[in-house]
Amino acid sequence: MSSPLRQKNKKLLMILCGGVLFMFGFCYMLVPLYKLVCMKEGINGGSARAAAIYDSSTQIDKSRTIRVYFTTTLHSGLAFKFIPLQHSIDIHPGERKLIYFYAENQSGNEMTVQAIPSITPMDGARFLKKTECFCFTQQYFFKGEKADMPVYFFIEPGISKNIKEITLSYTLFDASAYIKNQKHFIKGRIDL
Amino acid sequence: MSEQAITHSHDDHGDHHHGPEKGIKRWLFTTNHKDIGTLYLYFSLIMLFVGGFMALVIRVELFEPGKVLLDPESFNQMTTMHGLIMVFGVIMPAMAGLANWLVPMMIGAPDMALPRLNNWSFWLLPFAFSMLLSTLLMKGPAPDFGWTFYAPLSTTFGPKSTDFFIFSIHMMGASSILAALNIVVTIFNMRAPGMTWFKLPMFVWSWLVTAFLLLAVMPVLAGCVTMMLMDRHFHTSFFNAAGGGDPVLFQHVFWFFGHPEVYILILPGFGVISEIIPTFARKKLFGYHAMVYATVMIAVVGFVVWMHHMFTTGAPIAAQLYFMYATMLVAVPTGIKVFNWLATLFKGSITFETPMLFALGFLVMFTIGGFSGLMLALVPADYQYRDSYFVVAHFHYVLVSGSLFTIIAAIYFWLPKWTGNMYSEKLGQWHFWLSVIGMNVTFLPMHFLGLAGMPRRIPDYALQFTDFNQICTVGAFIFGFAQLIFLYIVLKATFGKRKEHLSDQVWEGAKGLEWTVPTPAPYHTFETAPALH
Repeated sequence: MSSPLRQKNKKLLMILCGGVLFMFGFCYMLVPLYKLVCMKEGINGGSARAAAIYDSSTQIDKSRTIRVYFTTTLHSGLAFKFIPLQHSIDIHPGERKLIYFYAENQSGNEMTVQAIPSITPMDGARFLKKTECFCFTQQYFFKGEKADMPVYFFIEPGISKNIKEITLSYTLFDASAYIKNQKHFIKGRIDL
Repeated sequence: MSEQAITHSHDDHGDHHHGPEKGIKRWLFTTNHKDIGTLYLYFSLIMLFVGGFMALVIRVELFEPGKVLLDPESFNQMTTMHGLIMVFGVIMPAMAGLANWLVPMMIGAPDMALPRLNNWSFWLLPFAFSMLLSTLLMKGPAPDFGWTFYAPLSTTFGPKSTDFFIFSIHMMGASSILAALNIVVTIFNMRAPGMTWFKLPMFVWSWLVTAFLLLAVMPVLAGCVTMMLMDRHFHTSFFNAAGGGDPVLFQHVFWFFGHPEVYILILPGFGVISEIIPTFARKKLFGYHAMVYATVMIAVVGFVVWMHHMFTTGAPIAAQLYFMYATMLVAVPTGIKVFNWLATLFKGSITFETPMLFALGFLVMFTIGGFSGLMLALVPADYQYRDSYFVVAHFHYVLVSGSLFTIIAAIYFWLPKWTGNMYSEKLGQWHFWLSVIGMNVTFLPMHFLGLAGMPRRIPDYALQFTDFNQICTVGAFIFGFAQLIFLYIVLKATFGKRKEHLSDQVWEGAKGLEWTVPTPAPYHTFETAPALH
């Protein structure tokens, strides 16, 4: 093979290798990109995982009532009791309400858990906002500890008029493998 | 191209010529594109029988409801391994083998641009697959989460052997990337003078597009399995909700690779068909430019349709609509190709040699697979079809009677050129008809099983599905044993004594540079670039 051709081949090879490396990086870039899209669109409870700011001057739309249902799931045999204190609640768009979820550590060990929210229907999800939620942080439980954990939430008045019901669901995960450095005291949590 | 007269100078016998080395060293250290092409093709032939054996084991288990042969855990390992081997061990290496043999000969190049890299890209494969298959012999289950290895099945709940699986995927990915790099550089830089872009044979065009797809998505697969590895061992949580990740993200990353991957599996096959149909119809390929643009369009659209694999993961309605329409858009360039092949056949002087039979079989049955793909693209319908045997029927129609048939057609077509031996036409016809019958008896009833609600990836089923499953199993054995004829034909052509002298052109209607070199193709071809007019 002639040496100019060899050079030409090498140059093209290097450019293509650059492309390959870029695509490998792109794969990792999909992770924050995905989180961003979920956050913006409220997909998969994305907007329900971070604190929103409630403007107290928000006009409460008393003409509409939306029923919000609460459900809970324990992830793969987690030895906890985890239930909402209310089955459902009626709320006007723009109004802020507080509800509690009861959790009890029945595992016989100390445990750190993390609740992951999910909201349906999909086109209403991004209008349900929380100012405070036990799901924003990990929750530490002593052996046998019981607690009521708070959620402050509101529904933005912009929500479609077709939506009469929303379900807010939490799945409780064992987060012992992913413990973050944080205080064991959590604001608003009532230890029983 | 048919309009160009091609001459090849036979007076280039310099003293630098040397034949292959003797013995095993020839195959270990070879940098010759023909040797490496042969290695790839034989490797995929072996893997075809390994993966095929697993398919038959699966079909035996499904012959009757309840347990026949395997416990559910082993059944899952069989489906997983069957899928991985057929996709990464059969179709992809076979296509790479065809590229190695044919691309340099078709563009008038003496060899691939990066011959040593070429050697490495092949020799990664046997090690990758030894590692993958070795998991079957390990204590504890082999990978058992399906070939799509969704998290958390493969992360939180994956067996210990998953790490071997991850590294073998890394090696297969590296192999494919290296092969693709080589093919792109070869096609860009090594074309004979006068071989302009729009004189390239369709097979070369198809492989060029495929190589770019490989370069774009194999790194994404590598990233995906690396994330899995990190989740399994380094306390990250890309795909684990407990640590702030999301298992649905896995499906996005996987299908961002996975959808272009299915075009990687079929596009070179389209190229093969575009060579075979004009030869046996004795007509120029109809709409060459449209074929090129359609291939490029399939590849481009292939990047923006991945979420049609995940309609039921809770995707927002807008996304479902977009991905439904984008997916149906793929039918446009694919339709262009199918109609161009039909137009090529129209008023042609057609003869039905074995390669042509497989090409025509492809044309009919790939179209059936394409149509069931369209049905699956419809969001409301997909909610019913998802994860049922309808999906299994669909992708076997496009992969078996699609990709695999094109590979078999290609081997029948070029085998005389490679080995100097003509296969037995009678055996070839037997192979074709048994394959077509076996294939349809196996996979056609699966459509109905799926529509009736039989889920895929489950070793047991409800009683009412028994009859159709038994038909499928019978068909699978017909198809499987028909491939032994193919094995015999290939081995006989490769190792058999040369009885007759075949002309350079071999087939009456064959056009293209590879048909201008002597038969069998000498170890070195086009050391002096051919003159093209």
